[in-house]
Amino acid sequence: MTQNRAKIRTEGVNVHYGATHAIKDVTLDIPDKTVTAFIGPSGCGKSTFLRCINRMNDTIDVCRVTGIITIDGEDIYDRRIDPVQLRRKVGMVFQKPNPFPKSIYDNVAYGPKIHGLARNRAELDEIVEKALRRGAIWDEVKDRLSEPGTGLSGGQQQRLCIARAIATEPEILLMDEPCSALDPIATSQVEELIYELKNNYSVVIVTHSMQQAARVSQKTAFFHLGTMVEYGETDEIFTNPRDERTENYITGRIG
Amino acid sequence: MTEITTSLLTLDARTQKRNAAERRFRAYGLAAVLTGLLLLVILLVSVLSNGLGAFRQTFVTVDITLDRAQIEEAEAALVKTKIYRGFIEDNIAASLEAAGVTEANDASAAADLLSKDAAASLRDWARTRLESDGEKWSKSFDFLAAGRIDGYLKGRVTMESAALDSKVTPEQLQLADTLRDAGVLVVKFNTGFFTLPDASENQVEAAGLGVAILGSAYLMLIVLFLALPIGVAASIYLEEFAPKNRLTDLIEVNISNLAAVPSIVFGILGLAIFINFIGLPQSAPIVGGLVLTLMTLPTIIISTRAALKAVPPSIRDGALGVGASPMQTVFHHVLPLAAPGILTGTIIGLAQALGETAPLLLIGMVAFVREYPAGPPEGFFDPASALPVQVYNWTQRADPAFFERASGAIIVLLIFLAIMNITAVFLRRKFERRW
Repeated sequence: MTQNRAKIRTEGVNVHYGATHAIKDVTLDIPDKTVTAFIGPSGCGKSTFLRCINRMNDTIDVCRVTGIITIDGEDIYDRRIDPVQLRRKVGMVFQKPNPFPKSIYDNVAYGPKIHGLARNRAELDEIVEKALRRGAIWDEVKDRLSEPGTGLSGGQQQRLCIARAIATEPEILLMDEPCSALDPIATSQVEELIYELKNNYSVVIVTHSMQQAARVSQKTAFFHLGTMVEYGETDEIFTNPRDERTENYITGRIG
Repeated sequence: MTEITTSLLTLDARTQKRNAAERRFRAYGLAAVLTGLLLLVILLVSVLSNGLGAFRQTFVTVDITLDRAQIEEAEAALVKTKIYRGFIEDNIAASLEAAGVTEANDASAAADLLSKDAAASLRDWARTRLESDGEKWSKSFDFLAAGRIDGYLKGRVTMESAALDSKVTPEQLQLADTLRDAGVLVVKFNTGFFTLPDASENQVEAAGLGVAILGSAYLMLIVLFLALPIGVAASIYLEEFAPKNRLTDLIEVNISNLAAVPSIVFGILGLAIFINFIGLPQSAPIVGGLVLTLMTLPTIIISTRAALKAVPPSIRDGALGVGASPMQTVFHHVLPLAAPGILTGTIIGLAQALGETAPLLLIGMVAFVREYPAGPPEGFFDPASALPVQVYNWTQRADPAFFERASGAIIVLLIFLAIMNITAVFLRRKFERRW
């Protein structure tokens, strides 16, 4: 497999929640157009680390991030960086499907609208259709775009949220346990979608399921108690882990 | 084989005890609810039985015919209303005859049954006639009957009480009976109760809620337009933007404290600051509105913050995640979801303000106001009354007829409050959205 250039680089990232040291000195490079999985037991800091990449942690008052995170060589914690602009470039899908209580169409159109991506209704329609197609949900909702997004099933809602995230043409897609609230069928649909998405985006996914990490990702990072224990090719992590803790985790002895 | 010691068909002692405790608890709850309902019924029955009479009033129907010469003569006289009273007497005689009252046809005694207001209202009409073309005019007047006569027809005044009363005699009541049988004296719906201003002790029949209703409407307008934007802006800032630190905590605690401050304290504040320091006029709706705004703000802020808090954080995350700015997140997603709660809180705050009396007493809105305030916004600075203050005012007066009016005013106030609360429930039902 060809190694893509690094899209996101982190160097010595530490995160504190008040007195709690949640992330300890994490350094890793996330390549472009690849699916990278973060695995690890609950509370190990993988979601926290993910939320550093689009500065969602800014919304938490007690959270303090130190160290360097760069995207395409630009430090995203630089004073001059506007987090709003950053989040357009770095989309996010959350653990629980959270469509806006608006129509399916408006859910997807909201991002392009506030960023001024469409000059008129026709262009907006086109963007919405494209996003819904890429979110692999177009066929299911094309006849009921004006119905509320909250009326869809869980799996459909999550794909709608993915479509909403990619409608603003981000370069990176962060997914925080996107399948944890879904049944196996919906999960496999979303997983297929993630596998497709890597052709256009650099996808970072946090997951509790090691099988899922093995299925969708090319690179895997294992987190334990706030430190990144091991990072490498997914195949290698699962077949031949270097660290004992990784081995214990993937064989089910911890976590 | 093991011996069967218990059967599910018989209750053991422990279960019986628990079931009994549960039944007792239910009985307590039901008793509490019933007590509340009973008190409400007692309140409503007492207010309605005392106050419904205020919506009906006794009128004397007299056909008046005047010509230009008569009016000009009256206007030239020194004591004009006396002449007009003479006109009423003349015309009453004719009316009585037409109605078939032959015995005890005493026009002067009949005119005594009228309100003192009658001559003045006839003069008002006559003066406008002078300015129009024509020489002779007639009109059928419904003059207010005097308060005691009104009381007699509603059952408040009796022959026995009239014998001891300096304002009415049993003979007058007998005359009133005759006139009622003749159809000259009728009890009908009293529109004046809603449109007339307050009246003096001697003219209870002419007292109405007009100025009070208008004053209360002005107060509500001022409170709505000041408290809603300030309250919502403050809540959004505190809930969505303010850093969580000691200063914010302090502000929060103080807002909660403000909600518990007795309303009379706000009245003192209004008197000291708005009237004595800033120099706004006394008795004016603007001062009352400002004071009630201060009082309503904590209610609106607390309910708005609760409504904002109830919006799930996942909605905010979703909006921020697609690159919405914090302000866009609030205005596009959070505020629409919180709107029903905000509206409900605002209406409940307004309803509180509508019924508030104590602070208005201190800023002088308890004054006797005969003049209608001008239209807004100038009218905000004119003296006015307010509904609860009018109730207070009327209960202070000696004539029992004012007690009836006060109860009537309470009914009007309760109807307004009920309308506001029903609106709040309706809005909440209508705009409540699931997520």
